Amino acid sequence: MSARDDILSNIRRSLGVTGRETIRTQIAEERLERAPKGLIPARGQVSGEERIALFKAQVESSLATVTEVSSPADVPQSVASFLRDHNLPATLRMGADLRLKAMPWGETSLEISHGPSAGKDLNAVSHAYGGVAETGSLVMISGPENPSTLNFLPDNHIIVVSAKDIAGDYEAVWSKVRFTFGKGSMPRTVNWITGPSRSGDIEQTLLLGAHGPRRVHVVIVRD
Amino acid sequence: MTQDSTSKSRQEPRDLRIGLFVTCLVDLMRPSIGFAAVKLLEDAGCRVEAPSQTCCGQPAFNSGDRATTRAIAEQVIEAFRGYDYVVAPSGSCAGMIKAHYPELFDDDPNWRPKAEELAARTYELTSFLVDVLGVTKVGAAFEGEVTYHDSCSGLRELGVKSQPRTLLSSVQGLTLVEMTDSDVCCGFGGTFAVKYGDISAAIVEAKEKNIEATGAPTLLAGDLGCLMNMAGKLTRDGKPVAVRHVAEVLAGMTDEPPIGAAKPQAAT
Amino acid sequence: MSVHSTSPQFKENAARALSDTQLQRALGNVKQGFIDKRRKAVENLPEFEALRDSARDIKNHTLRHLDLYLEAYEAKVKASGGQVHFARDAEEARAIVLSLCREANARTVTKGKSMIAEEIGINEHLEANGVTPIETDLGEYIIQLRHELPSHIIAPAVHLNASQVEQDFRRVHKDLDPNRDLSQPVQLLTEARTVLRERFLAADVGITGANFLVAETGTSVIVTNEGNGDLTQILPKTHIVLASIEKVVPTLEDVSQILRVLARSATGQEMSVYTTFSTGPRRSSDADGPENYHVVLIDNGRSAMLGTSFEEMLRCIRCGACMNHCPIYHAVGGHAYGWVYPGPMGAVLTPSLIGVDQAGHLPNASTFCGRCESVCPVRIPLPKLMRHWRDREFEHHLSPATFRSGLAFWGFFAKRPALYRLVTRAAMASLGWAGRSKGRFNWLPLAKGWTKSRDFPAPQGETFQARWKRERGNNA
Repeated sequence: MSARDDILSNIRRSLGVTGRETIRTQIAEERLERAPKGLIPARGQVSGEERIALFKAQVESSLATVTEVSSPADVPQSVASFLRDHNLPATLRMGADLRLKAMPWGETSLEISHGPSAGKDLNAVSHAYGGVAETGSLVMISGPENPSTLNFLPDNHIIVVSAKDIAGDYEAVWSKVRFTFGKGSMPRTVNWITGPSRSGDIEQTLLLGAHGPRRVHVVIVRD
Repeated sequence: MTQDSTSKSRQEPRDLRIGLFVTCLVDLMRPSIGFAAVKLLEDAGCRVEAPSQTCCGQPAFNSGDRATTRAIAEQVIEAFRGYDYVVAPSGSCAGMIKAHYPELFDDDPNWRPKAEELAARTYELTSFLVDVLGVTKVGAAFEGEVTYHDSCSGLRELGVKSQPRTLLSSVQGLTLVEMTDSDVCCGFGGTFAVKYGDISAAIVEAKEKNIEATGAPTLLAGDLGCLMNMAGKLTRDGKPVAVRHVAEVLAGMTDEPPIGAAKPQAAT
Repeated sequence: MSVHSTSPQFKENAARALSDTQLQRALGNVKQGFIDKRRKAVENLPEFEALRDSARDIKNHTLRHLDLYLEAYEAKVKASGGQVHFARDAEEARAIVLSLCREANARTVTKGKSMIAEEIGINEHLEANGVTPIETDLGEYIIQLRHELPSHIIAPAVHLNASQVEQDFRRVHKDLDPNRDLSQPVQLLTEARTVLRERFLAADVGITGANFLVAETGTSVIVTNEGNGDLTQILPKTHIVLASIEKVVPTLEDVSQILRVLARSATGQEMSVYTTFSTGPRRSSDADGPENYHVVLIDNGRSAMLGTSFEEMLRCIRCGACMNHCPIYHAVGGHAYGWVYPGPMGAVLTPSLIGVDQAGHLPNASTFCGRCESVCPVRIPLPKLMRHWRDREFEHHLSPATFRSGLAFWGFFAKRPALYRLVTRAAMASLGWAGRSKGRFNWLPLAKGWTKSRDFPAPQGETFQARWKRERGNNA
């Protein structure tokens, strides 16, 4: 017997089932199909300005920084001033995201490069798929638009998120993912990012910038 | 002892016949705790009896000897049949009866209901006084600062936390100084303290530091096992902290020397 | 068994740990850090207790339907272009991983933190076969340099102080300036970041564990704070996920529920920094990500735990809260437990995996204070399960003979109240008399473990039952 069949039959023997029980199978299938939501904390169940305010507060408590701009056209200047304020070089890597591409980067003196990171970039900007107010988490989806390497290799990661894409809770994001990618399908990688990289492995001292970005800066676009 | 006026919905103590579960440690080591419990219950108006008993069976239970545990549990169930309530001056032993007897007879349709029935009317002393009888004040006086250790079983199996503090706050002249980590184990753990003596000693050493840091000259708790462990450590290290069961202070019966202390010469 | 166990020497391990001043200083960090942070996180979420119920229920439901969810998960991984390999035990798992590494012509392998990888001893196996594994979690990296096992399941190097790490870095990072300043933890972190960045970029294979596997989508989920797990899985050409079979949960919603209790219980964070959902290899349009995606599903004793009282242990989500709150762990640290999993969860799980004859001390070395159960995010009744191990040891006569005869002696009297009263009355009278002058004993036969560092308070002399009879007469 293959290891696979052996393990499955051991499980069934221990559980006292054959694996062919109709009702039992239906219960599992139905759960996979319906994906029932569990208990969703009240904290994120706010809308409008209240939700944005919660998101911002949570982003800050995750030790990231956050700012708002009133339109996509204001993003490049905001990013440029963030880099300037932190004495960071005026370079920026980004993927092929159309929303980012449409922004007037030429109005800044930033030196822009495109594509995934090979590990030498100091700064990168990505566009988030969404945000979650409950914990100030950003939801990133892999692909040529926003390569996953940009989320981890650069020292400073700037994440642009549309105010309208900020959900109250994780479950709302999954509903949207299912709508975008189809039920049961997923993009190659979904990254939830809550603050900059950190480690407490040495004497329980919290240190930022373990392997991923030392800084995460969130730009909320109001439109 | 004063009855709280808000306890109208509670049981009228005059009607209650209490079986005192003395606990083996109190029976053998420090009977004065048992008599303090009797005084507290009688002052609250209860009738107290102490049927013939040995132990709740916990040493066997925690050593994996289920057969002996069951035999002892059956004996306890029989001995305490018919009492309105069973009260123990110990969260550990009350917890054994309340939380573990039913589990012990999980597969026994004959004994399981009896175990559950006993569990339902078994209480740790301070929680019985406060939660069942509605007592919030005792008539005792005790001059000085005390600190209080929350014994694990009482705290986590029975939710005994506020009850002893409620009662202590009514003791005249007594000030409670909380220690850091009052809810952390003292390292007793029954046979653990002997089998893993070094680890147990390290744990009680941490407890000793927390006790000392309060500056209180008296340490109280609701379980004699923990008290003997902490007292044994304190006396060994020559720390001037008197260790007593909370019932002794609540009942105003502090004539006996503290745990681990010698009787004064005059009294011998 | 794959990793050598010193669990039978628990007592010796513990004695060594108790006299290790470096270790004792490091353990102070556990007591202070984790507990307060968890408490604050819990206080900040009113639904926390209800979410623990929810997490427990999800895990229970999954375990009762584990065969079905594993099949569904496997089908989804395949549909997304990944491959699933089943391993009955550690040996099979090691062989699968090695052959995947050879397929990829791997010279170096980066690794994210994975307890199952420790359990199957993959590093030693790869090394013995010419493949160099590189741990990338800072704590794991440090203990790999020291050839140690993790002493904590989420903070592997919690037993060490910064100065010890500095010594290791100086010893191993030989090509760096010997006069560099490494006196601050942040300098140690920066050095590890720089050294490991090169390793990430050069690795041929990345091996991670999985906090969850999602049956609905064929997704593996890792939860980290450093980002090392992500660099491990997106940079090399091949990503291998090692996961034990009980990691599967039905849906993304179920993962979300459990995530709400995981980080809060573990580090006291609301959410860990990186929660990553990976499904299959890179897509045709992708600019990065691994070209090959393999999942190795490992049983190694789990299927036999189902249907027993130890099934509850399979709910464990490896948060470490039980050990963070354990007075025994605080006293002796993780290495004393002698195998991969320390603390209360290890005391229950280790005997299941390496045998109670090997690990019998672990479930015995507990005061049953219950603090572990009170914080477990999936409500595993850890003390009860430790007691079940003690039941089995007793049944199989594995407990020490002197202890058994002592217990039998006591039990004989405890079952005979009249005789008990008679004997204890006499015994306490003489013991009370013996201890009357001091009120305590500093030595007692058979209780050396106690009296070595504590006095034993003397009894008052007369038993309660004797005095009660004397004072109250006929009343029972």
